Amino acid sequence: MTEAHSSNLQLSNETVLEIKDLTVDFETPTGPVHAVRGVDIHVARGETVAIVGESGSGKSQAMMAAMGLLASNGRTGGTVIYEDRNLLGLSIRQLNQVRGKKITMIFQEPMTSLDPLYTIGRQLAEPMVVHGGLSWKAAHAKALDLLKLVNIPEPEHKIKAYPHEMSGGQRQRVMIAMALANDPDVLIADEPTTALDVTTQAQILVLLKELQTRLGMAVIFITHDLGIVRQIADRVYVMKNGEVVEEGGTAQIFDTPSQPYTRMLLDAEPEGAKLPVKADAQILLEAQKISVEFALDTGFFSAPHLLRAVDDVSFSLRTGQTLGIVGESGSGKSTLGRALLNLLPSDGRVMLNGRQIVGLSRQEMRPLRKDLQLVFQDPFGSLSPRLTVGQIISEGLKVHATELSGKDRDRRAAQALEEVALDPVMRNRYPHEFSGGQRQRIAIARAMVLKPKLVVLDEPTSALDRTVQKQIVDLLRKLQEEHGLTYVFISHDLAVVRAMADTVMVMRNGKVVEAGATSHIFEAPQQDYTKELIRAAFMTATARAS
Amino acid sequence: MHRYVLGRLLGAIPTLFLIVTISFFLIRIAPGGPFDLERPLEAKVMENLNRIYHLDEPLWNQYLIYLKSIAVLDFGPSFYFRDFSINELFAESLPISIQLGLSALCLAFVVGGTLGVIAALRQNRMTDYSVMTAATLGVTVPNFVIAPILTLTLGGWLGWLPVGGWNGGKFVNAILPVITLALPQVAVVARLTRGSMIEALRSNHVRTARAYGLTTWLVIVVHALRGAILPVVSYLGPAAAALLTGSVVVETIFGIPGIGRYFVQGALNRDYTLVMGTVVVVACFVILFNLMVDLIYALLDPRVRYD
Repeated sequence: MTEAHSSNLQLSNETVLEIKDLTVDFETPTGPVHAVRGVDIHVARGETVAIVGESGSGKSQAMMAAMGLLASNGRTGGTVIYEDRNLLGLSIRQLNQVRGKKITMIFQEPMTSLDPLYTIGRQLAEPMVVHGGLSWKAAHAKALDLLKLVNIPEPEHKIKAYPHEMSGGQRQRVMIAMALANDPDVLIADEPTTALDVTTQAQILVLLKELQTRLGMAVIFITHDLGIVRQIADRVYVMKNGEVVEEGGTAQIFDTPSQPYTRMLLDAEPEGAKLPVKADAQILLEAQKISVEFALDTGFFSAPHLLRAVDDVSFSLRTGQTLGIVGESGSGKSTLGRALLNLLPSDGRVMLNGRQIVGLSRQEMRPLRKDLQLVFQDPFGSLSPRLTVGQIISEGLKVHATELSGKDRDRRAAQALEEVALDPVMRNRYPHEFSGGQRQRIAIARAMVLKPKLVVLDEPTSALDRTVQKQIVDLLRKLQEEHGLTYVFISHDLAVVRAMADTVMVMRNGKVVEAGATSHIFEAPQQDYTKELIRAAFMTATARAS
Repeated sequence: MHRYVLGRLLGAIPTLFLIVTISFFLIRIAPGGPFDLERPLEAKVMENLNRIYHLDEPLWNQYLIYLKSIAVLDFGPSFYFRDFSINELFAESLPISIQLGLSALCLAFVVGGTLGVIAALRQNRMTDYSVMTAATLGVTVPNFVIAPILTLTLGGWLGWLPVGGWNGGKFVNAILPVITLALPQVAVVARLTRGSMIEALRSNHVRTARAYGLTTWLVIVVHALRGAILPVVSYLGPAAAALLTGSVVVETIFGIPGIGRYFVQGALNRDYTLVMGTVVVVACFVILFNLMVDLIYALLDPRVRYD
């Protein structure tokens, strides 16, 4: 990505936004939380500055504070200077002359950042009417131009669409269009690509870069993904616990980081590859021609439209092996994972230790459930908030190991926690007291306590920071070696899959596009789609290697 | 859309049929009949009466006769108000109850909604706490307690408002009964609105609206309130039902000639047709309001479509 750096040369040194000694405190029932502790950040016209850090480092809150968007219990200190005025001292009315007009934002959540009750056109037009004094008609006309600018297909049609009628990538494009509507001086992009598929992510980044070059605004890019930083930023601020621990030019940060924390972030890419299992390992799971269909809008009179979410998938998996299933959202990979565990009705054969499990009733499945476990993506939603961690982990034992006493179950829960490197004392606490990474360890402990044979891991690392991700990947590999576990590892994150899997299956629209040994798929992909996925995902890694 | 409405209205027919059937037989199970007076009527008179009103026929036949007559919207003669048919009674009393009920409904949604929004905007401050305390009181204190308090103070001691009577629906006469009827609903609506408004104010798209420097009016009313009003709208159905049943007490206390009092009188007098008539009318209203709720919902939320 050499273009990104060449733009450095034409930079004017004119600072447009300067944040000085910014502090953010939140009043909470348990006392004040110091989210941002005296941060200095500045950005010049035409420059792209990245703020990186793990979740909870205060990078988002700093920018929210600058824009007057903190939650009601937040307090700010310091100064945010834009055009010789301190934004923090302005009234709402004065601040509204700046935000949305001169400084605009794009948010992480494309699915919820637009109002579901209004059309795209109306939402695009609104800031132009409020700030630019345009009539609704003129604003709509300009909104149409903006939709064309951000490459929305069929803009005349989409301008009348509601957010729910568009994909995540399209919605993020609409947000970008909204941000550009009033020709801003500064664009703040808060994790704008995190919720998107890799290929979409790549497109959005290219679009942002291209528009910046054309329109010449300053961009503040908040992200936890260093790959993106390398690709688009001129300068980088590294944040940790509410402070900037290191700042410098992108090349300098990546090549000669001075802080151990920065080095740790840089090294957080999952590494290594899985060792192959012995050739005589038994076949544990064999899937033959699995298909899953969902009925869409079933009418009284019309035949239901069927959606083939999984279409004719076959593979076999030996004990101790890991199958990586990759694909973008909607590719059917999670549905396949659930079909393998007979959690939803499917066609075809799933042979577990030679026994067909498709079509077995709940009762017939129950004794097999012990061997088949599932770990979900969302470490926040998948643990009951009203049970202690000990109860959550030992719950399965109540069903599958009825001979155990309460004391035995508690001991097993403690052991399981130790195995996932958590202090067993913590089993009397509740899930909300843990961080995302710790919760994912708890979810893994819940699966491990039953000593399963096959574990389906559905995006177990996707909601986690890179550094935490690496720890979870290491933990999963350790558990696999110690217990001879077999994994089905579902992920859209190719770097993690490369580090975890023996074989990889690339899925798209329910079908297997390509399958084979991990090294083979990554080094010599055959299909265009696989190549595109890999290129989008490793754009960053190759940039670092160079 | 038209097809959907038509479908829903047709779908109401079996529901009404069930309601009619169940209540028809239920009231017949109650001991006694419409002509059982303290001093029994002569056997001959009783026989004549029973014959005129078909009470001498088997129950099954009576049921069929009744079904036939309500199929053409004839609710039959009243057993107690002997010179009147139910249709005549309703023609007089139903408009009064509708006026009372709709006024109370509007009051409840306007006042409750406003209070809820104010409380949400002043979350965890004095205003919020006072509104919510008042709302809790409003929910817990029954209207047969509120009514005497209001009549005593505003009507009796201060003498500002008449303590009872309808007087052809004059504004001053309507104030106290409408307030009494609306108060508990004001409280419920305020609580509902506050809750969903707080959630809406925290939502990402409202953050977007604020980040884009939209005016406070646009942020709060156009972006937050429209979404926040949805759960409140769905309460419209239950609220209508609550107001109709609430009117039983209010109409009795304030001496208002609406249909609410027929509920009680009809049941006590074993005025079979009157009870049946009120049940069917109330059921129709509840069904109609629920349909309205769904239509308003579709109007407000583009994600809901009935095609």
